[in-house]
Amino acid sequence: MTEVQPAISVRDIVVSYNGRRVLDRVNLDVHRGETMVLLGSSGSGKSTLLRQIIGLERPESGQILINGVDLGRCNPRELKRVRRSIGVAFQNSALFNSMSVEDNIALALREHTRLAESTIRLMTWMKLAVVGLVDAGKLNPQALSGGMKKRAAVARALALDPEVLIFDEPSAGLDPIVAAELDELILGLKRAFSMTVVVVTHEMASAFRIADRLAMLYKGSLIAVGTKGELLDSTHPRIRQFLDRVPDEIADTAGIDEHFQRYLNGGAM
Amino acid sequence: MSAPAVERLGSATLRHVAYAGALAIQFRNTLATIWRSFPVVGNRLRWQSALRQMVAEGVDAFPMVGIMSVCAGFILAMQGASELRRLGAMNFVVDLVTIGFMRELGPLLTAIAVSGRSGSAFSAEIGSMVVTEEIDALRTMAIDPVEFVLAPKYLAALIVLPCLTILGSACGILAGGLFMRISADMALSIYLSSVVHSMVLRDVFTGLVKSMAFATIIVHVGCLEGFRVHGGPDAVGRSATAAVVKSTFLVILADVGFTAIFYLTAAR
Repeated sequence: MTEVQPAISVRDIVVSYNGRRVLDRVNLDVHRGETMVLLGSSGSGKSTLLRQIIGLERPESGQILINGVDLGRCNPRELKRVRRSIGVAFQNSALFNSMSVEDNIALALREHTRLAESTIRLMTWMKLAVVGLVDAGKLNPQALSGGMKKRAAVARALALDPEVLIFDEPSAGLDPIVAAELDELILGLKRAFSMTVVVVTHEMASAFRIADRLAMLYKGSLIAVGTKGELLDSTHPRIRQFLDRVPDEIADTAGIDEHFQRYLNGGAM
Repeated sequence: MSAPAVERLGSATLRHVAYAGALAIQFRNTLATIWRSFPVVGNRLRWQSALRQMVAEGVDAFPMVGIMSVCAGFILAMQGASELRRLGAMNFVVDLVTIGFMRELGPLLTAIAVSGRSGSAFSAEIGSMVVTEEIDALRTMAIDPVEFVLAPKYLAALIVLPCLTILGSACGILAGGLFMRISADMALSIYLSSVVHSMVLRDVFTGLVKSMAFATIIVHVGCLEGFRVHGGPDAVGRSATAAVVKSTFLVILADVGFTAIFYLTAAR
């Protein structure tokens, strides 16, 4: 029996910034049609992993394969083709402020297709309809609310009918109702288009609502990959801490005592 | 020289070499994609973007360049006249203003004005796009930011800066004519025929070559400063300042080089 190739395959990647290791030998497969949620606290490396997956940065070592294409070894033409097969909705939407919402969505179609302008307008309208923003097409991004911006970013990510859809912190900065609407939108898109979806978030409610599988990062390493049930049953102390919302000890009292003792004995402050 | 001083010198040298390398790579990438901004053979959207840039970089800058050139024309004519009058050589003021503007002041003043207006605008625009992840969004949409953002600006500057230089020089020369009319009672028609007489095709060519080189410096330094923005909005402000300072410095440095080349080749 031949093994089905994963849509995204992260193999042993290592990433460092200024000598500090941000991702340490991370391995992860995202299968076709599944929704993978990357969990982790701030600074755990999940946004870095996302930037690696979408090819914005290159790892120190290791491989990222999208539909079997190695992003580190492919030629510019292949990279362009891979990028066209991925739609990304950025954390802050990253809509082009100099263009209207519909021009934001039409941009990729104008750049990469030879479709007539009337067809592009129709397709743009359809993408806006999918995210419920039909009336906002003529507006500039500055005129949109936070939730509308996120939905417009999703519409833009859908422009070229990508195989893989990636969301960076979709619920960040949104009220619970709008965040829930966005979760439903992600679920609806997955049902309608059978896309592979990767979501980076630290909102547990959202993660458990939309995920097929979840992966948890801690200090640059993957400490768990599994279904919702597997994660909920985990006894790993970090996973339990994350799920049970237990804070880290902020002040290192022993360290402070030792520091003062050294100072009182004539050491530098 | 102490070790830390040598270390600092070495690190500063490396920084400058890296900056020059980044400029060279960006320039090469722009040359490889600029044809996509050409009308007919290129992408219609890029050409439209280049046209908008021509208005922003050229048409909107003309009042400022014009006024600066008129002021510089008066200054040059007055300073020249104060010395030449004593020698009874007032007519040479015409040559001084004409040659001064065609070879030097026209391209330099225009470049400084455009550097202040557009160099900072390029850097702020691209820097903001970096901060708001718009540049990342372009990359993920398989759109080359150099081709999309930089190339239309460069094409526009290559067309507009020589035009502005000619218009600026004309303003400066006309200001000299006005001064001669007031101070030496020279008719404008006589002044203009003297201007034509003292104008050499080589000077016009020199000025235009300089203006295109200055356009290259202003656009590439401004855009590189924008692409190198890291951090928040304060970094955008710093990059805009750096763009103006570095491009003005490099424009003057390049001007020295060009003037030396033209001087040495003319002397032979």
